[in-house]
Amino acid sequence: MNKFLTTTAMVALALAGAHVSAHAADVKEVQMLHWWTSGGEAAALNVLKQDLSKEGFAWKDVPVAGGGGDAAMTALKAMVAAGTYPTASQMLGYTVLDYAQAGVMGDLTETAKKEGWDKSVPAALQKFSVYDGKWVAAPVNVHSVNWLWINKAVMDKIGGTQPKTFDELIALLDKAKAAGVIPLALGGQNWQEATMFDSIVLSTGGPEFYKKAFNDLDDESLKSDTMKKSFDNLATIIKYVDPNFSGRDWNLATAMVIKGDALVQVMGDWAKGEFVAAKKTPDTDFLCYRFPGTDGSVVYNSDMFGMFNVPDDRKAAQVALATATLSKSFQSAFNVVKGSVPARTDVPDTDFDACGKKGIADLKAANEGGTLFGSLAQGYGAPPAIANAYKDVVSKFVHGQIKTSDEAVKQLVQAIDDAR
Amino acid sequence: MSTVATTEPAITTRGTRASIRGRLQDALPKIVLAPSFVITIIFVYGFIVWTAYLSFTNSKTFPSYALTGARAYQRLWRWTFESDPPSSWYTSITNMAIFGFLYIGICLVLGLFLAILLDQKIRGESVLRPIFLYPMALSFIVTGVAWKWFLDPGLGLEQTLHHFGWTSFHFDWIKNKDFVIYTVVIAGVWQASGFVMAMFLAGLRGIDGEIMKAAQIDGASPFQLYRRIVIPLLRPIFLSAFIVLAHMAIKSYDLVVALTSGGPGGSAWLPSNFMYEYTFKRNEMAVGSASAIIMLMTISAIIVPYLYSELKEKAR
Repeated sequence: MNKFLTTTAMVALALAGAHVSAHAADVKEVQMLHWWTSGGEAAALNVLKQDLSKEGFAWKDVPVAGGGGDAAMTALKAMVAAGTYPTASQMLGYTVLDYAQAGVMGDLTETAKKEGWDKSVPAALQKFSVYDGKWVAAPVNVHSVNWLWINKAVMDKIGGTQPKTFDELIALLDKAKAAGVIPLALGGQNWQEATMFDSIVLSTGGPEFYKKAFNDLDDESLKSDTMKKSFDNLATIIKYVDPNFSGRDWNLATAMVIKGDALVQVMGDWAKGEFVAAKKTPDTDFLCYRFPGTDGSVVYNSDMFGMFNVPDDRKAAQVALATATLSKSFQSAFNVVKGSVPARTDVPDTDFDACGKKGIADLKAANEGGTLFGSLAQGYGAPPAIANAYKDVVSKFVHGQIKTSDEAVKQLVQAIDDAR
Repeated sequence: MSTVATTEPAITTRGTRASIRGRLQDALPKIVLAPSFVITIIFVYGFIVWTAYLSFTNSKTFPSYALTGARAYQRLWRWTFESDPPSSWYTSITNMAIFGFLYIGICLVLGLFLAILLDQKIRGESVLRPIFLYPMALSFIVTGVAWKWFLDPGLGLEQTLHHFGWTSFHFDWIKNKDFVIYTVVIAGVWQASGFVMAMFLAGLRGIDGEIMKAAQIDGASPFQLYRRIVIPLLRPIFLSAFIVLAHMAIKSYDLVVALTSGGPGGSAWLPSNFMYEYTFKRNEMAVGSASAIIMLMTISAIIVPYLYSELKEKAR
């Protein structure tokens, strides 16, 4: 009865949400669910399509309307429950593990061994692409979150230099304020606020603290004075935002920096895509620094292609897709466009710009030094329920519903506890 | 084959044919309705039961069927009463109360007012009527985006008035956590009051002119006429308008998303936003289901007495 209800419900959802071809799939075809539809992303995916067509595999997008991935994830849930798996789907962090736990992911261990993924993909990433000893997903890129994006013209005008500590950053923001420029460009959506807070926590508490609090969800660390200090720092930095920030999209905040209306944005490296699309070059038009006090550590998130448990006749196409995804040429070509860095550490950085080269070097160093951490704001620190509870608290603190850092810490512990 | 079988007895016995046809005619509506009836039973009522069941489990990303008690309800309960600062659920239900009360109230008053004005046999009524009615033709998403730009202090009204020189003008409700819900009311009222006006206008046109004339002969002023006679006669329209507006208020998820994208710190959420967010984005299906059931019970508490009174009136 339960099974029947679930199936009918999900079939209905699948039919309504995504027009999925349930008829016998062409075995020479890769069915791919993703939400990379913007110009640059689509162009980057074309590289992968061409690689596959050379090997004789056709590419079929499973169409999902709406950006951001929410619609895509809902459609995927319906498809999986109805038993019509795509060959692969774009997925983020804990979603891969969720589906692996539900037993619907395929096994790519053989290919992984042959291609040497174990050695080239950072161990922190393998936590999400390997489940129960089996490779279930192919990471496409590594985004890192703890970046400052600065307009160089404004920086020169106010005579600023690279801030090395949090206090120096505040001093720099003060200079911008005195010069009549909006010091900090921020979009007031909860994930943007939390993304900035990720960097602040890492800067305030250091790598060990970040890992314990936001990856291990250690109660003592969450409750600690260091966390309180982090919230105080957030309160300090939020004063440099223009009053109209609430609800602003991240790319509009980036545009403020590009145009020189604002000095700096704290954002992941997808912001670089906006600079590049506006024909700006690093070091001459804009600067990329690590968030002060986080040099040497990388807070990451990563796009992955989750590989589903498809029937044997579709397996060859899946293996071809996975191999092409992790090939050095695709990793380089795709990430040059996307702004992120390759998901394997042995890809040459020749085609990348200055920020990309720095990103690749930082990732390598962080991987070797054990300072590569999943971003809690981006769903790589903890499962979605906890990550969203965290975003709630940070957002309420930023917008004044939670007034003191004491209260914020109390709420954070409570919210994470609830969501566990 | 089958045509032969049916036509042959038809020639010999007209009586049987007539009765088969009669029975078929009787059964036809039932046969036609049966599929949609079954579909409704499964996809509406079946899923209500399913949702109720899920709210007592610990379903996360996917439904799970082991009953774990009323933990989801306890969480919502705690978020309702032990909330300082307010939790998302508490914000959602207080917003629902503010939004529902103001939206329905203002729409009814404004709609009636416009209808009475339009009913004064004025020139150009046929032009004015569609002007007031047509915001209804826009979806909530379009309404939301248009008002979002209009109310944004950096783009819309405030900026424009600053351009005209009125620089002290200040209107930032859409960015303010305490007032953002009222901007949802503004956009909602703008969209629906014309529709309510059309309903009232139809009602006003349906009132017997003789009664009005009789009252006028008795010396009633226009104000008394409306207060004592017309508005009481419009009672059924009030009820229908209330029901239509109430369900629009409860389902207005898209307006909140398009207009405020949830508001600063989630301060513009309605229960529908909460339900979607928890079920599909936060992978807390049990909590989402529990909130859906509470919404259903709240609506039932309003609709059931209404249906009951309607049915009783019919039976009389």
